[in-house]
Amino acid sequence: MANGEPLVVAHGLVKRFGEFVAVDGVDFSIGRGESYGFLGPNGAGKTSTMRMIACMSPVSGGTLRVLGRDPDRDGPEIRRRIGLVPQEDTLDLELTVLDNLLIYGRYFDLPRRLIRERADELLEFVQLTERARDRVESLSGGMKRRLTIARSLVSDPELLILDEPTTGLDPQARHLLWDRLYRLRRRGVTLVITTHYMDEAEQLCERLVVMDRGRFAAEGTPRDLIAEYSTREVVELRFGITEPSRVAGQLEGLAQRCEVLPDRVLLYSDDGDATLVAVHRRGLTPESTLVRRSSLEDVFLHLTGRTLVE
Amino acid sequence: MAGTVKAAETAPHPSTPRWLRSLAYWAYQYKRTWRGSMTTSFLYPVLYLAALGVGLGSLVDHHVHAVSGVSYLDFLAPGLLAATAMQVGANEAMYPVMDAIKWGRSYLAMLATPLTVKDVLRGHLGWIAFRLVTVCAIYLAIMEAFGTLRSGLAVLAIPAGVLTGLAFVAPIMAFAGAQENDRGFSALYRFGLIPLFLFSGTFFPVTQLPRWLQFVAWLTPLYHGVALCRGLVLGGIGPGAAAIHTAYLVAVAAIGYVLAERSYRKRLVI
Repeated sequence: MANGEPLVVAHGLVKRFGEFVAVDGVDFSIGRGESYGFLGPNGAGKTSTMRMIACMSPVSGGTLRVLGRDPDRDGPEIRRRIGLVPQEDTLDLELTVLDNLLIYGRYFDLPRRLIRERADELLEFVQLTERARDRVESLSGGMKRRLTIARSLVSDPELLILDEPTTGLDPQARHLLWDRLYRLRRRGVTLVITTHYMDEAEQLCERLVVMDRGRFAAEGTPRDLIAEYSTREVVELRFGITEPSRVAGQLEGLAQRCEVLPDRVLLYSDDGDATLVAVHRRGLTPESTLVRRSSLEDVFLHLTGRTLVE
Repeated sequence: MAGTVKAAETAPHPSTPRWLRSLAYWAYQYKRTWRGSMTTSFLYPVLYLAALGVGLGSLVDHHVHAVSGVSYLDFLAPGLLAATAMQVGANEAMYPVMDAIKWGRSYLAMLATPLTVKDVLRGHLGWIAFRLVTVCAIYLAIMEAFGTLRSGLAVLAIPAGVLTGLAFVAPIMAFAGAQENDRGFSALYRFGLIPLFLFSGTFFPVTQLPRWLQFVAWLTPLYHGVALCRGLVLGGIGPGAAAIHTAYLVAVAAIGYVLAERSYRKRLVI
């Protein structure tokens, strides 16, 4: 963890909506300069956690300190120093790209000249300089997302919160966005990211928690989590029209662990090729096979018995 | 951007009140539509005063000679000023509020910054008040052009009109803050604003109404707004009556504000 006081500390943090418990007593601590991820499926409580950290949603229980302060008491002061990229864009579609940045800077009461300077810099950074005078309406999904990120940086935040930054974007737009976020990280901006994409978590997060049904299932670096909760490699077997569950019995003892999904069987092993040879020796003829390295998806499957994107 | 900001630039400076920063958003938005909006603000009174005040008024004056002792145009104009303030205010408090909560979500953008729910509400309310000032001032200028100002106090019809508008704006913001979609707004028009527009003394004295309806009319803010504006423009309103009308409008606006704050908090802080 980075030096100094952590930027965000939570103890037994709870968020309730009536009877429903969205976040069920979680503890975490995010250091300055870190990029910290919340990985989990939809409905895991990630957004609720983000909204509490962003001081937009009151804490229902436990304690939360952001930048050393209490969100209940110092909301405006904390929000002055953080940036938020919400799950759904809140850009003004009828205003121009530039005006969206200028008005947002006004909310922070920044001097106009400074906002103007930063807006130019940020548009350059997110590669929207040529679109500065266009209405937001005319932008593609990826461009809107980049503009939202630029907007969240107008106030030069110490902490940037990104809720599902690339959900709904095409692969090219996602990679461009990841590249920009990676650059921010290099500049020392603290990032807090939620995602239900394991590749995104692997790309962007130094440390992450796996979240499921309001609780943390595990915490660590992507590499540590894979080492702890999965094997080095995975063999994926597909059996065409044959139900994977019907062959599962014949696979016993071939791997350290075996997961039967509706469309395929996963065999967890430190030597995938050897395992695959053993599969064929048993006389099994899967329609297709794949040997790959373990990912966070496998960690999640192991921890919760479910896949991330269902 | 990170690392490029000098300490001096982020040092505290005399700060703009937060509600004014939220008001700035609406001013930004208005840049896009001000021409059309200003044109309407001029055209509306000209059309109404010409058609109903002069046109219909000539018939009325011919048969009745005088409504409440003045020409029909003189009678109608200040009432229409108040009714217009109601309409403009109500409009601004309905769809733009729903848009800021649900469609464009500009309130949510503000709430991710140092602004609070109170700032968001006050900024928007402040902006609508400003719009009402312009609408009422333009109305009064056109009334002057039609030669209908009869009292030295006529200029006070501007604050009176704004107050009338706010007596609708604040409670309607509370209502809009609680709506899931815009269906409630058309109901509010049909069963609230249009009947008020027609029967609150704008077009004819409420004494023409059956007694029980007169009482109902008396309960509505528009009745008091019309009476106040008319009294100020035509002269002859006593300080007591003016105080009662004003107090009533202030009370409705204040209660509306308290309800709006509650409604906004419930909707936006979850």
